[in-house]
Amino acid sequence: MSGRAWFATPLLWVGLLFAALLLRMDLLRPVFRWAFPETTPLIYDRASFLELFVAHLTLVAVAGFGAAAVGVALAIFVTRPAGGQFRTMVGTLAAVGQTFPPVAVLAVAVPAIGFGARPTVIALFVYGLLPIIENAVAGLEGVPHDVREAADGVGLSSRQRLFAVELPLAAPVILAGIRVSVTIAIGTATIGSTVGALTLGTPIFDGLVANKLPFVIEGAVLVALFAILTDMLFARLDHWLRRRRGL
Amino acid sequence: MIELDRVTKRYDGRSVVDDLSLTIRSGELCVLLGSSGCGKSTTLRMINRLVTADAGTIRVDGKDIIAFAPEVLRRRIGYAIQSTGLFPHWTVADNIATVPRLLDWPGPRIAARVKELLELFRLDPAAYRGKYPHQLSGGEQQRVGVARALAADPELLLMDEPFAAVDPITRDALQSELLRIHRATGKTIVFVTHDIEEALRLATLIAVMDQGHIVQSATPLDLLEHPASDFVRDFVGRQGLGLKLLSVRRVAERVRRGESAPGESLPQEASLRDALSAMTAQRTDRLPVADPAGRPIGIITLADLVR
Amino acid sequence: MSRQARVPAPPLATPRGIGIHDQVLFALVLAAAVATLISGFVALAPNRLVSGVPASLWISAGAAFTAAIIVTALLLLAVSMSPQHPAALAAAALLAGAWLLLTVAALGYAARTLIVDAPPAARVSAGPAFWVVAVCAALAFVNALQRLRAGLVLMTAAVAALCGGIILFAITGAFDALSIVREYAARRMLFGAALVRHVALVAGSVGPALLVGFPLGIAAARKPRLQGPLFAVLNLLQTVPSIALFGLLIVPLSALAAALPRLAAIGVGGIGPAPAIIALVLYALLPIVRNTVTGLAGVAPAVIDAARGMGLTRAQIFRRVELPLSLPILVAGLRIVTVQTIGLAVVAALIGAGGLGTFVFEGLGQYALDLVLLGALPAIGLALAADFVLHMLSALLPGARRG
Ligand SMILES: Nc1ncnc2c1ncn2[C@@H]1O[C@H](COP(=O)(O)OP(=O)(O)O)[C@@H](O)[C@H]1O
Ligand SMILES: [Mg+2]
Repeated sequence: MSGRAWFATPLLWVGLLFAALLLRMDLLRPVFRWAFPETTPLIYDRASFLELFVAHLTLVAVAGFGAAAVGVALAIFVTRPAGGQFRTMVGTLAAVGQTFPPVAVLAVAVPAIGFGARPTVIALFVYGLLPIIENAVAGLEGVPHDVREAADGVGLSSRQRLFAVELPLAAPVILAGIRVSVTIAIGTATIGSTVGALTLGTPIFDGLVANKLPFVIEGAVLVALFAILTDMLFARLDHWLRRRRGL
Repeated sequence: MIELDRVTKRYDGRSVVDDLSLTIRSGELCVLLGSSGCGKSTTLRMINRLVTADAGTIRVDGKDIIAFAPEVLRRRIGYAIQSTGLFPHWTVADNIATVPRLLDWPGPRIAARVKELLELFRLDPAAYRGKYPHQLSGGEQQRVGVARALAADPELLLMDEPFAAVDPITRDALQSELLRIHRATGKTIVFVTHDIEEALRLATLIAVMDQGHIVQSATPLDLLEHPASDFVRDFVGRQGLGLKLLSVRRVAERVRRGESAPGESLPQEASLRDALSAMTAQRTDRLPVADPAGRPIGIITLADLVR
Repeated sequence: MSRQARVPAPPLATPRGIGIHDQVLFALVLAAAVATLISGFVALAPNRLVSGVPASLWISAGAAFTAAIIVTALLLLAVSMSPQHPAALAAAALLAGAWLLLTVAALGYAARTLIVDAPPAARVSAGPAFWVVAVCAALAFVNALQRLRAGLVLMTAAVAALCGGIILFAITGAFDALSIVREYAARRMLFGAALVRHVALVAGSVGPALLVGFPLGIAAARKPRLQGPLFAVLNLLQTVPSIALFGLLIVPLSALAAALPRLAAIGVGGIGPAPAIIALVLYALLPIVRNTVTGLAGVAPAVIDAARGMGLTRAQIFRRVELPLSLPILVAGLRIVTVQTIGLAVVAALIGAGGLGTFVFEGLGQYALDLVLLGALPAIGLALAADFVLHMLSALLPGARRG
């Protein structure tokens, strides 16, 4: 993609908008004052948005990387001969588990673990595993039979076949699973503020509780931009993965 | 040399290859011929241990293949299959380089080998090296698949219906190329097909299989002239036998030396069938014949074909 | 993320003699054993707001239940190490079912006995060991059925029997001493209302979403040019976290209600069901439109050609050919949307839309964790039930066997 085209992508503009709002939300104070003349303060002030964003991102990243590593490892295990017996059960668990509402999983984690960021990370991790496992299994099983046979036939060991052929071919499908997982994690982490995690959702809840609409709007806009931006980054990653193999 | 010695493979208690013995000498192009499901692929795949035999021994150059780790064995044996099995995420060059890389060849040697093979298969290296499999036609994919199988210069090449999925014209071209390469390299090739014409055209040795057994193994001509059983006669005779004989015999056998005629000359190693189609195409009943160097050696006439 | 019908993987080998023939069952029993050894089966707390002291299975549920549960587990272990004949698999299913029911009964019994000697405000709730054993038992049950290659009817009957058993326990008051049941007893009316409200929110969103999404999907299937922009917008909406969308809708809706008092009178406002339903409808559109397009695009052109050749009109082709053939995929879309909306409606409680989420967030606010469960567990149950029923429905459709 040429330099000009890159600048023309929405990714850049959404990113800039997000960064600007994150750092200088106070520039919008006049707008909020015009819309909500009776409310003070107009800009959320119990924590900086940057701080909230970093906390939010940390939650999502820790849970996301953990879920990706464990989920892909599990998918590899159940698609090898040694783990074949677990394939059906893991598939069923991943499918049924995803019918659980994520917020309910978060709520159930609290009695088990307590309040704070910990139950949120654990709930995000456990729930995030499911789409990753499901997609990674589908991706690995989707490697055409003849390609697998050719890999064996030319003398790749099973490890070489996995790393040189199966995982690269499954990569776009695995990435799609991680994308779903991370999208859900961003939303669920937002609700994590109700169980004591610090996230960009915190202003929304504080705003709802204290009936301060500007807080709600500030939090909501930032959360929405964060989610959209992340999704765009995944779209870019997907594009790059596919282009690398001439598709 | 490959020796299969009383080899058996069972699936679910059923012998799909049953007590099969076969010796293939070095340099031979042996075709395993039989209808679908008779055990050809299983036999072939036992040679590179993609399938493990339940009984019997298989020796390559006198050594029992059990003595090798499967991967080591397979890197020494080329393997090409019908659907090519090209790695879709790798370029043509990467695909061909698979085994040399596994064998840790130095980079320049790999690059040179890739170029050499692409040229051997008449694919312009500059244009094809960087393409991905999905950007190739079926015939080109097959060429690359066979090139990959040949990359590390294996003593032995196994091919499982490699040309079954391409159109007849491309298949014809690929068969010619295989013959040319076989002649040029002298490799031992085991080639599986269910197509009798293909077998007659390519083989130096045909092993006809039925229900896990070899019912006859013979040269193409022998097979046509002296089928060992009604089964072989039936199988071979399903399409016009005369035409088959034509594709087996070479122009060199019928050439009238010293005579000359106008027209495009036939190579002496062309089959009589090639001669027939050339005559029909050029609307003539006689054509000049040339030796491999292109020197005219005589002519062949329509009558000579059916003599 | 659609769930596909899975063919159970065949056992690796079926040699005779001792060995771990069913590794899954073996692992499940092992996990249950470990959890029972290292964590509490129930927890006893002095009141509803503090977390309890764990008590092990043998201390809380008594010798009889403990022995029965251990014997069942050992029998299951034995089955996992014997060759996989249908009889063994049937035994595994029955044993696993018994294991689950025993564990659930032991929970009720443990709660009843512990509460007797405790002060009136004391609460007994299920501990980690209970949850792990119950989940392992349920999975062992499903595993045995899958290995038996149980069909739809058998599967449904077995699951119904197990659920029936647990409901029977509940009706006879076996769980009355449990904290979550006490929370329920204290809010019987509220709970009923919240459940009804939750279902109403779901129905009130999925219904309109179908009315909008289905025609949109048909239009997009007919005019592929529409698909790019349409899916871009719907994907974007789906990406935005629910609470953010709820929050963003508050402002325009409160402004609307302020400007048009007549709207406010019928309940439209920044807070309450109105923004919730609007957001839920927006979220529901993507799966509906996507599955409609996929379903219609999946009808083989040759079939439509043949229908046209026989003189069917466009409308007839749609009604008699395209619709029936794509129905399984449409129902799958409905399933995804219903399950998703049940979950999102929990969050809607935060903006005053009511429903089961009320208990969740009220409980989280009061640190009353059993109240949280009173909201979360029924929401999970509702989602599972909807998933199950719609799965059955799509499996029973005439076109379901296609591909
Ligand atoms: N992995 C396998 N498991 C069970 N049966 C097999 C397997 N591979 C091949 N067979 C059976 O063995 C027989 C011979 O197969 P194959 O060697 O592929 O035949 P051919 O290549 O001659 O068509 C067929 O009946 C086939 O169904
Ligand atoms: Mg075959």
